[in-house]
Amino acid sequence: MVTLLYFARLREALGTANEEIALPESVIDVATLREALLSRGGAWAQELAASRPVRIAVNQAMAAAETPVTDGDEIAFFPPVTGG
Amino acid sequence: MTVRIQTEDFDVGVEVATMRRDNPAIGAIATFTGVVRDVNEGDSVSEMSLEHYPGMTEKSIEEIVGQARARWRVIDARVVHRVGVLKPTDQIVLVVVASAHRGDAFAACEFIMDYLKTRAPFWKKERTPEGSRWVDARATDDLAAERWRLKG
Repeated sequence: MVTLLYFARLREALGTANEEIALPESVIDVATLREALLSRGGAWAQELAASRPVRIAVNQAMAAAETPVTDGDEIAFFPPVTGG
Repeated sequence: MTVRIQTEDFDVGVEVATMRRDNPAIGAIATFTGVVRDVNEGDSVSEMSLEHYPGMTEKSIEEIVGQARARWRVIDARVVHRVGVLKPTDQIVLVVVASAHRGDAFAACEFIMDYLKTRAPFWKKERTPEGSRWVDARATDDLAAERWRLKG
């Protein structure tokens, strides 16, 4: 199982702040996880489309498309940050 | 080093005095205070709410301060960032950097702020006469952070 977190605009658009899912076999890294979520369709397909500026963190550190994802990870999806 | 995320306001004077008292080697203290404005992108803003990613926020700011310490002579640093509902004229963020001399304090303070803007997981949602909207990230903030790569 992995924990998925969604923040800000993504949390609102997807209608959820967090969920636990079993990792599909196709998922090995951030890119394949994003693809798996995108295939849910609807708001997921819209918000996680490649053209959208989504940032992804694995275990609370900024990740790249090729960052590995494994069981027990905490993966967060969010828009570009706007603090300060 | 101190990093605090809080809903309550902060007192710049108290934060600076606390730091100064702790170390007689300090010769310069630079502070930056971010404040909520009543206008953004041409629309009036009556209120904003700040959301963050607990855990990652603290980690990312500590990492940014660590990078500043690796580049400049920093004796102590403190970052306080507010979350929750804020109104125009409210303070949002405070960065305090203490060094022996002003050059290090000024540079490290600006660096920390520029990196915080583009790397720390906070998101602003503002209320305008047309309704609530998420604030878009600014390209100018990316450029401000980027220029530190070029400087020695």
